[in-house]
Amino acid sequence: MLPLKPIRRPTSVLASAAPRRPGAPALTAPPRDYTYDGTFEGLLTVLFTIYDWRAAPSSIQPEASAQVGLFAQPAHRETDEALAARVWDGLLKSMDSEARTRLYHVFLSEDADRELLIFRYVNLALRSAQDVAENYANADVRRVQRLAQQMFREKHRMEAFVRFEKTQDELFHATIEPDMDVLPLIAVHFTKRYADQRWLIYDRRRHYGLYYDLTRTDVVQFEAAAGRKTTDVSATVFDEREPLFKLLWQVYFDHVNIPERKNLKLHRRHMPLRYWKYLSEKQPREVRFEPIQNKQPVVGKEVSAGQKALE
Amino acid sequence: MNERIQEKLSILADAAKYDTSCSSSGGKRKNENKGLGNAEGMGICHSYTEDGRCVSLLKILLTNHCIFDCAYCVSRRSNDVKRAAFTVDEVVDLTINFYRRNYIEGLFLSSGIFSSPDYTMERLVRIAKKLRTEHKFNGYIHLKTIPGASEELIQEAGLYADRLSVNIELPSELALTTLAPEKNYQEILTPMGQIRDGIIQNKEEKALFKKVPAFATAGQSTQLIVGASAETDLQIIKLTDSLYQGYGLKRVYYSGYIPVTDDARLPQVTQPPLIREHRLYQTDWLMRFYGFQADEILDPAHPHLDLEIDPKLAWALRNRHVFPVDVNTAEYEMILRIPGVGARSAKRIVAARRFARLNLETLRQLGVVLKRAKYFLTCQGEHQPVIGELSEQQVRRQILFGSGAVRSALVTQQLDLFAQAS
Repeated sequence: MLPLKPIRRPTSVLASAAPRRPGAPALTAPPRDYTYDGTFEGLLTVLFTIYDWRAAPSSIQPEASAQVGLFAQPAHRETDEALAARVWDGLLKSMDSEARTRLYHVFLSEDADRELLIFRYVNLALRSAQDVAENYANADVRRVQRLAQQMFREKHRMEAFVRFEKTQDELFHATIEPDMDVLPLIAVHFTKRYADQRWLIYDRRRHYGLYYDLTRTDVVQFEAAAGRKTTDVSATVFDEREPLFKLLWQVYFDHVNIPERKNLKLHRRHMPLRYWKYLSEKQPREVRFEPIQNKQPVVGKEVSAGQKALE
Repeated sequence: MNERIQEKLSILADAAKYDTSCSSSGGKRKNENKGLGNAEGMGICHSYTEDGRCVSLLKILLTNHCIFDCAYCVSRRSNDVKRAAFTVDEVVDLTINFYRRNYIEGLFLSSGIFSSPDYTMERLVRIAKKLRTEHKFNGYIHLKTIPGASEELIQEAGLYADRLSVNIELPSELALTTLAPEKNYQEILTPMGQIRDGIIQNKEEKALFKKVPAFATAGQSTQLIVGASAETDLQIIKLTDSLYQGYGLKRVYYSGYIPVTDDARLPQVTQPPLIREHRLYQTDWLMRFYGFQADEILDPAHPHLDLEIDPKLAWALRNRHVFPVDVNTAEYEMILRIPGVGARSAKRIVAARRFARLNLETLRQLGVVLKRAKYFLTCQGEHQPVIGELSEQQVRRQILFGSGAVRSALVTQQLDLFAQAS
C-alpha cells in the first residue's frame, strides 16, 4: 500500500471556533420601517439604531426608493460616520474580518433583500455562541455566502473584461456595465497593475468611475452634459496606434481558435453575451478572417497503409 | 508594415494554439518598481475562444521555421506552409501594448527550432530579458525551453520567466522515435530535471539570504498529446504521476490530437478525442486534489478510462463495498470520494455538520449533485441508499439514463458518433 497523498484539508475543520461573547439586547419594541441614505455607512448607522431602540426592522430601504405602506411612519436615520465606524469595529466581536468583508460585498451586490439579509446575519452572529460563518445549514448564512461568491465572480470578470483604449493624451480609458457595484473592489487590482499609465474605468450604469493619475486612484463623477454619454471618447482623440492594436487583438483572437473543438455553449458560459458590448474582440471585423491553411485534411482520403495494417 | 505584422501574428498565433497550457497563476512578481504589471496570485482569463478555451496569455511562436519533422506538428519541416518570424522588438511591442489594454496577463513564447537549439533559446531569453529590464514589465512570462538548449541558457531563462515548460508531447519513447525522429526522451527530461533543481536550489537560497533573484516561481509544466499514438490511459496517467512526483511539475496538460496531416504513421481520425482528454483531466484532478492514487483509478486489467462516466463514479462503482458513506460522521477524505460531491461541497459538509445534522435537502443546498451522490451516501438513517442491493450495471444505467439524467452535450454528441460508427 502506497502512503496516502497529502490532501489540502480545509483549515476550518482543524481550527477551533474563537471564543464568543454572545449577546445583544432583545428587540422588544414593535418592529419599524427604516430608511437610510443608500450608503454602507448609512446602513451601519441603521444597525446601531435597531439595537438602540430595540425595534426590529420590518424593512430597511434607501430613502430615494423607499416604498412603505400608507400609514407607516418610516424612521429615517441620518448617516453618522462615527456610529458607523463603531458598528464596523464592533462586528469583529462576533465574526472574523473575512465574514465582515462578506457583508460589505453583499451590500455592493445590490441584491433587493440585502439590507434585511445583513441585519439577519448580524443578529444571528450576535446571539450565537459559535462562529456562524460556516453554518451552511442556515439559509441566511448560505445566502450571504452565495452573494459574496457572485460578487467575487463579478469582480474577477471585470478584472478580466475591462478593455482600455488609449487616447492622444495617453489616458487609458474603459467603460463597463457590471451586474453589481464592483468599482470599489477592483480599484486595488488596477492600481497595482497599471502603476505607470493614467487610466479611467467608468461604470456607465452607476454613473461614476475610477481615475488613476500616476500617484493615486480616486472616485470620479461627471456632470451629465445634456443627454450625452459623458465618457464616450470619440474616435478622433484616440492614439494613432489604437486602431492597430485593436485590429491585432482581433486577429489574434480569431487565430487562436481551434475550429475542430468548437463549443459555443462553453464559450458563452465563460463569456456571457451581456459582456460582449465592451469587448474589443467581439466587435464586428473590418478585415475578414481568413484561416491559415496548414493542414492536409484526412477526410475523404484513401485509407492509409497504417490503417489497413490495423484492420 | 502594419499588414506584415498582422500576417505574422496570424501565422504565429495559429501555429502556437495547439499548446493548451494557458495558466497565468502562481507568479510572485509584484509591481514594486512602479513599472507595468503585477503577476502575483490568481491567474486571469481575459477572453475565451469559440472552442471555450481560456485566453490568458499572448501565446505565439517566435518563428514557425523548424529543422525538425515531427509528424503531429503543423510546423514540421516537410509541411508546405507559410513561414514567418517575429523580431525581438516586435514581440516586445505586442506584449506591452496588449498588456496595457488589459487584453492579456502576459506572454507565452515558444518557437520552432531554427539553426540550432541554443540559437533559438537565446532569442527567447533575450525577449524576456528586454521586457523585464528595459520595460520594467512585471506581467507573466511563460517560456518554452527548446530541447537541446544549454543549461546556462535555461538558468538565465528561469531568472526572467515565471514559468518554464518542456513539452513531452508523446507519452512513450517508442511513439517519440516513430513520430518525432529527431527528438529523444533524454533531451526532454534533462532540462526538466535542470529546471526542477533550479527551483529547489532557489528555494533553499531564499531561506538563507534575503535578496535572491526569483527562479521560475510559477514552476514548470508539460503537455502530452493524446490520441496520436497508441498508449493506454494507464500508461499516460502513470507517466503523469511520475512527473508530478519525480519532477515536481505544477501541471500536466493533455491535448487531444487534432488531425493535421494524412501521414501514414498517424491514426486516421477526423475528430479530436475530446471526451478522452476530458476524462484524463478529471483523473489528473483526482490525483492532485482528491487523494487518489494512479493505480486506484486504472490497472492493467482496466487500462482505459470509461468514456461514459467520470473516473470517480467509475471507481465508486467498482468499490461499492466502501459505500454508503455517512456524511454526518465520515472523514473528510471519504466524503471527497462520494461521486457528486466536489471539494467545495465536501468542505462545507464537514463545516456545516458541526451545527446541525445534515439531510438530503441540506446536501442539495450545499451544492451536492444528488443524482449521483444519493446512491453512495446516507444521512444517519434518514436516507438509506440501496447500493448494496444494486449491481454495478444497474446503478450505472440509472445514473446515465434514469430520470433527471443530464449528460454533457459533448458526451452525448460523441457517444452518438460511436453509436453510428459501430
